[in-house]
Amino acid sequence: MRIYVPGDAAAKALGADEVAEAIRAEADKRGVAIEVIRNGSRGMVWLEPLVEVQTGIGRVAFGMVQAADVASLFEAGWGEHKLALGLTEDLPWMKMQTRLTFARCGVIDPLCLEDYEAHGGFVGLHKAIAMAPEAIVQEVLDSGLRGRGGAGFPTGIKWKTVAGAAASQKYIVCNADEGDSGTFADRMIMEGDPFTLIEGMTIAGLAVGATRGYVYMRSEYPDAIRVMEQAVLIARDHGLLGPSVMGSGRAFDMEIRTGAGAYVCGEETSLLNSLEGKRGVVRAKPPLPALEGFLGKPTVVNNVISLASVPVIFEKGAAYYKDFGLGRSRGTIPLQIAGNVKHGGLFEVAFGMTLGDIVDNLAGGTATGRPVKAVQVGGPLGAYFPRALFNTQFCYEEFAGAEGLVGHAGLVVFDDTVDMLKQARFAMEFCAIESCGKCTPCRIGAVRGMETVDRIARGDAAAIPLLTDLCATMKAGSLCALGGFTPYPVMSALTHFPDDFAPLKEAAE
Amino acid sequence: MRVETGEVTARLQDILAAHEGLEGPLLPILHAVQESFGYVPQDALPLIAANLNLSRAEVHGVMSFYHDFREQPQGRHVLKLCRAEACQSMGGDALAERVKHRLGIDWHQTTPDGAVTLEPVFCLGLCACAPAALVDGRVVGRVDETRLEALLTEVRA
Ligand SMILES: Cc1cc2nc3c(=O)[nH]c(=O)nc-3n(C[C@H](O)[C@H](O)[C@H](O)COP(=O)(O)O)c2cc1C
Ligand code: SF4
Ligand code: FES
Ligand code: FES
Repeated sequence: MRIYVPGDAAAKALGADEVAEAIRAEADKRGVAIEVIRNGSRGMVWLEPLVEVQTGIGRVAFGMVQAADVASLFEAGWGEHKLALGLTEDLPWMKMQTRLTFARCGVIDPLCLEDYEAHGGFVGLHKAIAMAPEAIVQEVLDSGLRGRGGAGFPTGIKWKTVAGAAASQKYIVCNADEGDSGTFADRMIMEGDPFTLIEGMTIAGLAVGATRGYVYMRSEYPDAIRVMEQAVLIARDHGLLGPSVMGSGRAFDMEIRTGAGAYVCGEETSLLNSLEGKRGVVRAKPPLPALEGFLGKPTVVNNVISLASVPVIFEKGAAYYKDFGLGRSRGTIPLQIAGNVKHGGLFEVAFGMTLGDIVDNLAGGTATGRPVKAVQVGGPLGAYFPRALFNTQFCYEEFAGAEGLVGHAGLVVFDDTVDMLKQARFAMEFCAIESCGKCTPCRIGAVRGMETVDRIARGDAAAIPLLTDLCATMKAGSLCALGGFTPYPVMSALTHFPDDFAPLKEAAE
Repeated sequence: MRVETGEVTARLQDILAAHEGLEGPLLPILHAVQESFGYVPQDALPLIAANLNLSRAEVHGVMSFYHDFREQPQGRHVLKLCRAEACQSMGGDALAERVKHRLGIDWHQTTPDGAVTLEPVFCLGLCACAPAALVDGRVVGRVDETRLEALLTEVRA
């Protein structure tokens, strides 16, 4: 009997290791031969640990399994049981998705190359190896893929710049710093399907003529770091990385590096400084990292999901990928539904769903059962959306039009007990803690911002225009989006939730 | 526990040798030093600086930029609680206050008996099972009453 118990960090955080242990012990006790596979997560985090059993008709799921349930599950022969959910693939959450980037995540054994290949792995790389570098870049351009790290810059254009730069050495740097609250797509794919990222980075290397890559991972992800390190060793052992990738005669290899707890190191130039062993201070642009990046050499810096989406683009073709989506937001986006929600997790879907559909239908409202008050989209630098804006479609341009951002596609839902003044203050506090210190509007402005919000909290009406001015200064005068975008959560809180700002409430009454 | 200078020098030689030839070796070295000693002893800085052709001030400047690197040893256990938005939405602030109260310490402090250090962290990627914590590198999600009690018992041991 083959039993899948996710090894994903969220599943572990809810008891998956204990469940796996209990399953092994119970099987031993009963003399049942089993094979336990520690797969990635299917993304239904509210059902974790989600245990699956392989049957003749497919994989059958059991949700929220705890170690104490294991004996009764064996007793029931892993059939009818109060935790049984039916076939995994038939669950609405699975059926409603378009899983392209995450097609294998949760399905395969993350570190088994045979399993990876049996599920379409390396088809894209094989195709890319047979293509000229310019054709590889063109394919990515044609797919319409835009950076999933937050800025939404067209990936193909970035690659073209690096490909066109003449240099003795070029680099592919994967940004796996995933610091935004409410996001875990990078973590999930690295834990659940690490070879996809390796394959994507290798294709990037072939496209631009880079022979070395780095994955810069945040230290807060010990599990993902372990999986990625093992995956690189396995890939190297099998000749997928090294002097001749898959016998192609072209070299590409990579290293895993760990950050040290600085949010700003997710900003690409700060990341490059950190990778070089410097303070993670943001660099002025130009020069673009594409021309003068790591150690001054032309460098592709891409988010995990951008790179992990490349293999499927080559496997299925650019046109197939581009066919999904809306307007200038092409392909799929892994929504990360988090915070106070009934159904939290990862849901990959074509761009274009409305925020309301996501929050009310997918997430199923709040975990506490109270009304939804606000949704922060795009991490700590993203705007808070009120219900009045729930018709906003999940696309780069539509969100920008609503004074917000898609960011890394994390959504954090709050119920009506949230105090939006407190959230505005936190945004300033976070900026103050994480500022790299290079520019005054961010370094000093964030501290002034906290003080100003405190004045508003004490009922000082004159502090409101001060806060608005301060936000305008930070937006206009900051070198990077930490200082530049902190006004989004602050101003959206102030604009959409005036009742939480005492002087505004009094003025209205 | 603090480590003697002689011991620092000895272990540093091995760490520096193991990082020979890396591009941008300083962060990996600092991580390795912290892994080995539990903190970054100040005695290690001149050795690292000399090895990388940097000044001691430069190495210190890098070390002090990052929240992860510590100049002091920590408690026997390290409890990291997430302070970020998704955890806030699920009562993370109240949870943090309770933990501080129960342990009698504030952020970045260690209990007088050296049992546990409390650190804030901004997101563990466990935002769909908030509030979340990291105990000695082990992830814990949906920290409710029961899980909190189990955690406190564990770290106070
Ligand atoms: C303060 C700050 C933090 C950022 N954090 C991340 C991050 O954690 N991961 C990421 O991929 N991009 C992050 N970015 C965006 C990067 O600067 C950059 O746009 C991205 O890595 C480019 O890759 P992409 O084009 O594939 O998105 C951050 C930007 C800023 C200003
Ligand atoms: S905005 Fe803040 S984080 Fe960005 S460069 Fe300026 S000081 Fe550094
Ligand atoms: S474990 Fe499957 S190929 Fe190695
Ligand atoms: S916000 Fe706490 S784990 Fe992400």
